[in-house]
Amino acid sequence: MGKAIVITSGKGGVGKTTSTAAIGAALAQRNEKVVVVDFDVGLRNLDLVMGAERRVVFDLINVIQGEAKLSQALIRDKRLENLFLLPASQTRDKDKLTPEGVERVITSLKKAFDWVLCDSPAGIERGPTLAMRHADAAIVVTNPEVSSVRDSDRIIGLLDAKTVKAERGEQMEKHLLLNRYDPMRAATGEMLNVDDMLEILSIPLLGIIPESTDVLRASNIGAPVTLADSRSETARAYCDAARRLSGEAVPITVPGEKRGFFGKFFGRKAA
Amino acid sequence: MTEVLTDTKPIRLKGRSFLALVLSPEPPFDDWLARLDDLAARSAGFFLRRPIVLDVDGLEMDGAELRGLIEQLRERHVRIMGIEGADPTLLGSDMPPAMAGGLPASDLEEPDEDAPEIESEPAAPSLMVTQPVRSGQLLTSEGDITIVGSVASGAEVIAGGSVHVYGTIRGRVVAGSMGNDAARIFCRKLEAELVAIAGYYKTSEDFEDELRGQAVQLWLENEAILGDTQG
Repeated sequence: MGKAIVITSGKGGVGKTTSTAAIGAALAQRNEKVVVVDFDVGLRNLDLVMGAERRVVFDLINVIQGEAKLSQALIRDKRLENLFLLPASQTRDKDKLTPEGVERVITSLKKAFDWVLCDSPAGIERGPTLAMRHADAAIVVTNPEVSSVRDSDRIIGLLDAKTVKAERGEQMEKHLLLNRYDPMRAATGEMLNVDDMLEILSIPLLGIIPESTDVLRASNIGAPVTLADSRSETARAYCDAARRLSGEAVPITVPGEKRGFFGKFFGRKAA
Repeated sequence: MTEVLTDTKPIRLKGRSFLALVLSPEPPFDDWLARLDDLAARSAGFFLRRPIVLDVDGLEMDGAELRGLIEQLRERHVRIMGIEGADPTLLGSDMPPAMAGGLPASDLEEPDEDAPEIESEPAAPSLMVTQPVRSGQLLTSEGDITIVGSVASGAEVIAGGSVHVYGTIRGRVVAGSMGNDAARIFCRKLEAELVAIAGYYKTSEDFEDELRGQAVQLWLENEAILGDTQG
C-alpha cells in the first residue's frame, strides 16, 4: 500500500506544482513507483511542467465521472518508466470533483503506486480541501515572506481539522518545504529567516530549495527540475528532500552557507 | 396652547433581562410562611434587597387573600417586584405588576448556616491546548485558556477568564470576555495584533516599546491595559 501525500500551501505561486514534479521525479529515480496527480481543475499546469501536455487524453474528472478507466488516464513519463501523471481537466467544472470520487481514485492509486503525490490548487476552498482530505501526509510549500507563512499556517490548521486522518483523531504528518530561498537576500536580512519561520509554523523541515533560474528553464523545456539538470543546486536540494521524505536522515543545508577553504579556517569567531 | 419641547434629546428606552428569585407559596399559607420565617431566621438578610417574583400560578385565591399574602411578606422584608400567574383582575393598581415570559434558571440552594454565601458560581472549566493555535482558528472558553504553543497571526483566542500562552502571541487574544476585569493575559513573547481585557483593547501599535517582543503579563487598571515584563 502506497502513501498519499498532498503538496499544498494556501497561497498561490509559491511552487507547489514545480515541487510536486521535482519530488515525484526524484522519488522515481530512486526506483519507487510514483504518480503525480493534478487537482487544479480548470488551471492545470502539472502536465506542462512534466512535458506531457500533448499526450493528455483522459483526465481526473473523466475517471471520477466513470467516463474513463484509471489506466486510460494515467500518462507514463517518457524519461522515467515508473513515473506517471494523472492530469486535471482544463475545461470541466471543478464541482465535478466529488469527495467519494476522489477517495475512490486515491485508494486505487495507493494500491498500484508507492507514492501518490497530489498537487493541490491554491486557496482553502473545495479543490484544496478535497486534495488534502484523503492524504496520509502533507508537504506544505512556503516562501520566506510573511503572507506565505501566514497562509501556510492556515493550511496546517485545516490539515489538522479537515482531513480524514484528523477526523479519526490521528496525527497528520506534515513537512515544511521552504521554497525560493534567496541566500543573497537572507544575508542582507531582507527575508524572513529560517529559524523564525520554523518557530512560527512549528512543523519539521523537509528541505530548503534555493531561488534559481534553473526552475524556470526546466519548466520551459517541460522537465521536472530534478531531471532537467540533476547537478544543479536546486535539483540536489529536491533530491535531498525526497530522500528525507522516504525516511533517510540527510542533514539540512541552508543554501549560501557553504563555506570555502578560507571560510572553514576563519569562519568561526573566537569566543 | 401646546407645550414646546425645548430639549429634542430622545428618552432612551432599553430592554434588559435580570435574574430574580421566584417564591412559590403553597397552601396552607400559614404553614408556608412559618417555613419561610425559619429560613429567614437561619440566614439573616436572605431576602433583603433581593428582587423577588411571587409565583401564584395554579393557586386558588381571591384578591383579599393575595393582598394579605403580599402584606405578610412585606412585614418579613420580602419585597415583591412582580406577580406571575395571577388573574389580572385580582391585581389592583397598588399591587406589584403582573409578569410573564419568565425563563427558568438553575435552582438556588437554601443557604446553610455555615455557608451564608449563596452566590458563589461554579468556576467555569478551563481549556488546555497543547498545540499551536493556527491562523484562522478561533478558540473560546468561558474559563481560563492555557496554550502550550504560540498563537499565530490571524488566530483568535477568547476567554472568559485569563489567557496563558507558553509561546508567542502573534494573533488576537481576548481575556475577560464576559466583563471580568480581573482577567489577565500572560505570554512568553508579545507580538500580538490585538489584546483585550473586559472589552478594553489595545492594538500592536499601542504597545509600549519595552513590552514588545518580551515575556509579559497584561492587566486592566482604571480602564487601561497595563503590562510589565516577566523574568
